[in-house]
Amino acid sequence: MTSPALGKDLLGLESLTAEQIRFILDTAEPFKEVSERAIKKVPTLRGKTIVNLFFEASTRTRISFEFAEKRLSADTVNVVAQGSSVEKGENLVDTARNLEAMRIDMVVIRHPSSGAAAFLAERIRSNVVNAGDGKHEHPTQALLDLLTIRDRVGRVEGVKVCICGDILNSRVARSNIWGLLKLGAEVGVCGPRSLLPRGIEALGVRVFRRIEEAIEWADVLNVLRLQLERMQAGFIPSLREYYRVFGVTRERLARAPRDLVILHPGPMNRGVEIDSQVADGPHSVILHQVTNGIAIRMAVLYLLAGGRPELAEAAKRGGGADA
Amino acid sequence: MRPVLLRGGRVIDPGQGHDAVADVLLVGGAVEAVGSRIAPPDGAEVIDVSGRVVAPGLVDLHVHLREPGREDAETVASGARAAAAGGFTSVCAMPNTDPVTDNQAAVGFIVKQGAAAAAARVYPIGAVSLGQRGERLAEFGELVAAGAVAVSDDGRPVASSHLMRTALEYAATFGIPVADHCEDPALAGGSMHEGVVATRLGLKGIPAAAEEIMVARDVLLAELTGGHVHLCHLSTRGSIDLVRRAKEQQINVTAEATPHHFAVTHEACAGYDTNAKMNPPLREAEDVEAVRRALAEGVLDAVATDHAPHHYEAKEREFDDAPFGVVGLETALGLGITQLVVPGYLTLPGLIERMSTTPARIFHLPGGTLRRGAPADVVVFDPGARWTVEPVRFLSKSRNTPFGGWELQGRVERTIVGGRTVFREGG
Amino acid sequence: MSVDRESVLDAAAVRELLDRLAGDIVRFAGDRAHGLVLVGIQRRGVELAERLAERIAERHGVEIHRGALDITLYRDDLETVGPRPIVGETHIPVDIADREVVIVDDVLYTGRTVRAALNELADFGRPARIGLCVLVDRGGRELPIQPDIVGLQVEAGPGDRVDVLVAERDGRDAVELVHRGGA
Repeated sequence: MTSPALGKDLLGLESLTAEQIRFILDTAEPFKEVSERAIKKVPTLRGKTIVNLFFEASTRTRISFEFAEKRLSADTVNVVAQGSSVEKGENLVDTARNLEAMRIDMVVIRHPSSGAAAFLAERIRSNVVNAGDGKHEHPTQALLDLLTIRDRVGRVEGVKVCICGDILNSRVARSNIWGLLKLGAEVGVCGPRSLLPRGIEALGVRVFRRIEEAIEWADVLNVLRLQLERMQAGFIPSLREYYRVFGVTRERLARAPRDLVILHPGPMNRGVEIDSQVADGPHSVILHQVTNGIAIRMAVLYLLAGGRPELAEAAKRGGGADA
Repeated sequence: MRPVLLRGGRVIDPGQGHDAVADVLLVGGAVEAVGSRIAPPDGAEVIDVSGRVVAPGLVDLHVHLREPGREDAETVASGARAAAAGGFTSVCAMPNTDPVTDNQAAVGFIVKQGAAAAAARVYPIGAVSLGQRGERLAEFGELVAAGAVAVSDDGRPVASSHLMRTALEYAATFGIPVADHCEDPALAGGSMHEGVVATRLGLKGIPAAAEEIMVARDVLLAELTGGHVHLCHLSTRGSIDLVRRAKEQQINVTAEATPHHFAVTHEACAGYDTNAKMNPPLREAEDVEAVRRALAEGVLDAVATDHAPHHYEAKEREFDDAPFGVVGLETALGLGITQLVVPGYLTLPGLIERMSTTPARIFHLPGGTLRRGAPADVVVFDPGARWTVEPVRFLSKSRNTPFGGWELQGRVERTIVGGRTVFREGG
Repeated sequence: MSVDRESVLDAAAVRELLDRLAGDIVRFAGDRAHGLVLVGIQRRGVELAERLAERIAERHGVEIHRGALDITLYRDDLETVGPRPIVGETHIPVDIADREVVIVDDVLYTGRTVRAALNELADFGRPARIGLCVLVDRGGRELPIQPDIVGLQVEAGPGDRVDVLVAERDGRDAVELVHRGGA
């Protein structure tokens, strides 16, 4: 059985085929089991060096990657740097060259500039995993969202998923849109017009102006975090208004025609985009997302740290199982 | 200096209504005669230009020569040589240098460096406001006396309508235009055109309205004051509509567009190519079409390159952090012929009019014509020659162009300034 | 290169062999038979372990636990094998500490799969004893690993392949020897 190769890096879902996405989700299944064991470790990436290069503060994503790496027995180093090239002393090009010189096997990068992951990947031979670049993509988050939907609903195809919130500034939204569309879901977005990007309909999604309409239509809601900065930058008048008009509340969900599945990438602003009762309620799969996050990240690292094809040719033995 | 006889070329001089095969005689740094079978005077250099086009040297109203301050990217000398290589005999240098060209000494410095370069003529543009800070007017009188041909705060808009109004009124005293970079500062902050490509790439966009708002304001202020406003690097169909209506109302407005704005769309930003990052940004296909038609119509008066060199390290960055700007002097004529003349938007004389005749006229510069007595500023080019853009061979110090690898038609063979050849293809 | 497929065991012979192996396992386990865990190695070892467990339950009245083990993540040749192999299911239903565990696989050859399986089982706990049951032993060991229970020994050269087919996966039961001749 041949596996659809992923190439050197995972930079986003826009450039993957549906087959590749499904392959990653399927590969995550056995890794879920590893996290249930008493000894949550397999030797698969033993001896590999992985750097978590985080230019933006992020506890949960970094920890999730770190656990994924350690459970695969890799050696990990965390580098936390501040801001963009202009603000720091060392720019991204020099950082890339230094990593290359240290013969790092894989880099997991989170950076405030869109395109930064591709920028790095083009300049180093190591595998690069995009853990979030500016507003562009956050592929592992979307993959774990897809896996969670598949676990809960049984499939992704034909499922109606509405992404709610600040779509304009959300890489989670963009990656989810690509992944969901490629796997055949129907995708909607809902949020204040000032937080919806130009031309979003051209990507193939429906736009809902009111959360009530989105709730009426959807099977699944993926509720995005609304950042305080958006109010300060004048995109919305206040967080309170946002909650009252767009909040996913228990009352609104009670009026839904069917049981919705609620996702949230975290961390949650309780009482802003989502009610506590909803977040902690029976329809929420938010914690399930966290568990799946580690399995997805283990699957991605496993798939990217591929064998070297030229050695495979040399070692080929008759094609059958070698015992 | 020896007289020069250019023999047998197709002489296109739109200002004189001339488009025919003829000889051009240059004596003592001026055009002596244009006619058939001119006898060469004693000691004249006779150059056979049959099969080529002979036209008044191109005039670029908008270049950034980076000196003083960023000599790693370009100097007046290297820029003037790059201009000559592109067929330009005159360029106007924007004042957003470091320090800003906002006083007579600074203007004098540019004039001196330009003369020393002995390539294309360099005309300084002075700043509208001191330090380009948008607060107080610079001393236009002094700037003009030292050699400035216009004023601009290009790089940024003149944000204060009061300052822009006063600038237009004051500039009229000296008969110079105020050239404005039209961008509403409150809508700025993006790194590419606001549209579906920016949405896909996750980049903050600059909406077309940001330019159009300032175009509308500048047109109204030109109407109010009767002053001459020159709108830099227009890029949207909305801006063009506003200029068309202003001209219909006889308002004193002129406008320019860059070759990149009639050659590429925002799709060129895919893959986060920083060589496609400039301000105003590349726009949609409908905007590119509108620019082409407007140049044909004359609603846009001139092609100006907005030549903006950057050292490669500056552009070797994440898209958001990279500076705006691309070079343009050495690809402008080729792009004009390939993208405007070949598909039929403009005739060759029409293109020369946009790149030489009209720019010289609206900024009151000598040149742009081969009338007897005009400066001997001439470009000789092969309108059919095909060539590939190789940035590594640019005479400019910088290589930041989106056109690397493009095949263009139309190649400069010789550029003459004041009767002296300052550029020859092949060395 | 000519390919030459030779039948070693037909369906009836395979079933007979499994009957015999079931008895061998019970005898091997002795008084620990009641807590026995049969762990099949992905992929065909899993089907074989299922069949053996059924027979042990039917013929010998002992209900035993079955598990499945995928050793892909423990392989020592992941670097050289090319694109990542697909990882199958691992399921160990009970705590194996202090139990009798018997690993079941279809073909024993170099011994590397069994080594990986031993490493993986160690991450699940410390059994009282681990035994190895294989349908076919084709020799050619690269590690010091020996089976406790063997169905059949087959002579196979380095260019040959021994295929075990199971009805659940391949539509029929058989053991075949594939010669790659003319090398």
